[in-house]
Amino acid sequence: MKSQSRRDFFKMLGLGGATLLASSVPAMANEKVGVNNEALGMLYDATMCVGCKACMATCKRVNGDYGSLSYERASFDTDGLWDAPQDLSGSTRTLIKLYKESDSRWSYVKYSCMHCQKPSCVSVCPVSAMTKDKVTGVVDYNKDTCIGCRYCQVACSFTIPKFQWEKTLPQIVKCDLCKNTNLREKGITACAEVCPVGAITFGKRKELLEIAHTRLQDNPGRYIHHVYGEHELGGTNHLYLSALAFDKLGLPTLPDNAPAEFSEKIQHTIYKGFVAPVALYSALCFIALKNQKEQEKNGHKEDGE
Amino acid sequence: MAGHHDEFIRLEGKIFTKSFFVLLTLVIVGFYYIGVRYVKGIGAVSNMSDGYPWGIWIAYDVATGTAIACGGYAMAILIYIRNHWKFHPLIRSALLTSLFGYCLAGFSVMVDLGRYWNSYGFFMPARWQINSAMFEVALCVMAYSTVLVIEFLPAVLWSLENSRGETLRKVSAWLHPRLVPDEAKLASGLEWVRAAAAWLRPRLDKVLVFFIVLGITLPTMHQSSLGSLLLIAATKLNPLWHTGFLPLLFLINCIYIGYSIVIMESIISSYAFKREIEYNELAGLSRIIPWLTVIWLSVRVGDLVHRGQIGNALKFDFYSCFFLLEFCLVAGGSMILFSRRMRRSPRWLFVTATMIILGGALYRFNVYLIGFNPGQGWHYFPSFAEVMITVGVIALEILGYQVLVKVFPVLPNPHKNGVGGQNTAEQIGLPSGAVPQGK
Repeated sequence: MKSQSRRDFFKMLGLGGATLLASSVPAMANEKVGVNNEALGMLYDATMCVGCKACMATCKRVNGDYGSLSYERASFDTDGLWDAPQDLSGSTRTLIKLYKESDSRWSYVKYSCMHCQKPSCVSVCPVSAMTKDKVTGVVDYNKDTCIGCRYCQVACSFTIPKFQWEKTLPQIVKCDLCKNTNLREKGITACAEVCPVGAITFGKRKELLEIAHTRLQDNPGRYIHHVYGEHELGGTNHLYLSALAFDKLGLPTLPDNAPAEFSEKIQHTIYKGFVAPVALYSALCFIALKNQKEQEKNGHKEDGE
Repeated sequence: MAGHHDEFIRLEGKIFTKSFFVLLTLVIVGFYYIGVRYVKGIGAVSNMSDGYPWGIWIAYDVATGTAIACGGYAMAILIYIRNHWKFHPLIRSALLTSLFGYCLAGFSVMVDLGRYWNSYGFFMPARWQINSAMFEVALCVMAYSTVLVIEFLPAVLWSLENSRGETLRKVSAWLHPRLVPDEAKLASGLEWVRAAAAWLRPRLDKVLVFFIVLGITLPTMHQSSLGSLLLIAATKLNPLWHTGFLPLLFLINCIYIGYSIVIMESIISSYAFKREIEYNELAGLSRIIPWLTVIWLSVRVGDLVHRGQIGNALKFDFYSCFFLLEFCLVAGGSMILFSRRMRRSPRWLFVTATMIILGGALYRFNVYLIGFNPGQGWHYFPSFAEVMITVGVIALEILGYQVLVKVFPVLPNPHKNGVGGQNTAEQIGLPSGAVPQGK
């Protein structure tokens, strides 16, 4: 009886384990993402940037009202004339930073949402507050459905989505490629429009990649021979060129496959058509009912004696 | 009339003890900070940041708290699926802890959610996002909490049937003498409640098994999904923990934590309430744990070998140390439990159960916080207020347990179950079906 039930137990466990195993193993194999090269994006050339921060100021001016953003305000500056953010934050969607290795080797770098081809934030949002536009490729945020769980922040490899920690009624803030402001009105992002030296190029991903590779070819020795974002995490629509190593500029070294592919595959295998949970429930019901009946019979016998 | 309900008894004793007031103080402090959080924002009370968007409220209250609340789940598998009815006397206290664990995890989520007022979106199919492990966890946890309430309902109904309305009278007299209901009204009211409870209870008993099985299916789903939650953090979670086996590891982890917590809770409540220890049940229960942990540890090590991470695991750096600590706690506890003699000693049972719970909980902490590295420049250590909110929630859990075992028949009845005494040795060898117990 005992060994019998233990065997049953292991059988069950084995069954459960096998389904999970079967689900995880093929998921390891990495699948190529269908890349949309018609999507909109930007190419930032760190060697051309002069660090004037015009893009930062314009971004705040143009997008300040949208999404109930307020300027970061210093306590002595109630009029909001002065703003010097240290990092991307709940009120800053794009930021210029300086990386200084020595007096002769330094580089500016601009941070903002990478608008991934297969964005983790969209994959993990439980209430569809993060969405990716199929045509433009813009990764957008909707504060009216967001529940503020911050799973998108956990998921994003670039730590781009920012949360308004200091607000009573907070929201997530990230670049939306001026989708509701400059892009709609003028067909170009505010930062790319205002850049005085052409360090930010706005366009379709296909064209941006062409430009980037032409620059790499025409200027041997000027750049690191790599377009950051071409393959990282299955490709991003925001691309980078730089003379210094990308990881030094705060752009992490990342694998070519999207984490969302991996996690979705496992989740989908377990919950495909909701078959496994229903099967599990019915099987367990069958066993439990049988056991209960048997137990009741034994119990009554005991009472009778 | 008692039927199988005399398997459980209501603990006699005062509700307002010294520990009640200590716990109440902690609850009040916790709720003060929760108030601050709702007025001034999450940043005002917590050290969470954009790099570490999930702090101890998620890592402890949700990820670890629900594992600790898996006693009801683990016991239901043992009794209804593996057909070991001799453990049935332990189920109600396990269910009660599960109920508290899950409800308070849900409560903590509402504290943690930034835009909590939008959470009705989980009930709007248009907003569903089935790719999200969190969506699955949220729906499952809500459903499971409901199922737990239904599973606990028989105890409540029993108390309603047997109540004489004295408490009601006392409380209303204490509030205002005029509020005391007159005898006839009270009697007829009570009669009605009793009749309703008596009508509902047998009907509920008939369909209860379907809810119990639901109460096994749902945790299987969401406990594995709690592991899936971190699958996406491929670039942030240390390779010692990030693996495709996260769902399987989290599932087995919650089951052995579940059994350990039932053992620990039984021993503690035996000492705290000065009751006899349920030797037979606990010894039998503790025999299952090492088998589960051996499977878990094998998957864990096998996966590390497969991914070539064994070298990193033995480097004795920050991450390696936490991995080894977690590993040794679980492995050490299980080794001791393989010994038959140790399983009969309440002291060693308590020590091993504690070790396994700590090891299993540390595994979850490692996955959610310690092994999580968002990149340079980010640090996280919980703030005082943040810790106090979690402490307040835990205190509320213990407080509620203390009170409810005195209100409802939850704890095993020592006389009915033949616990302790001379007949222990014979009983342990008996097949489960032959033990003279009610359903």
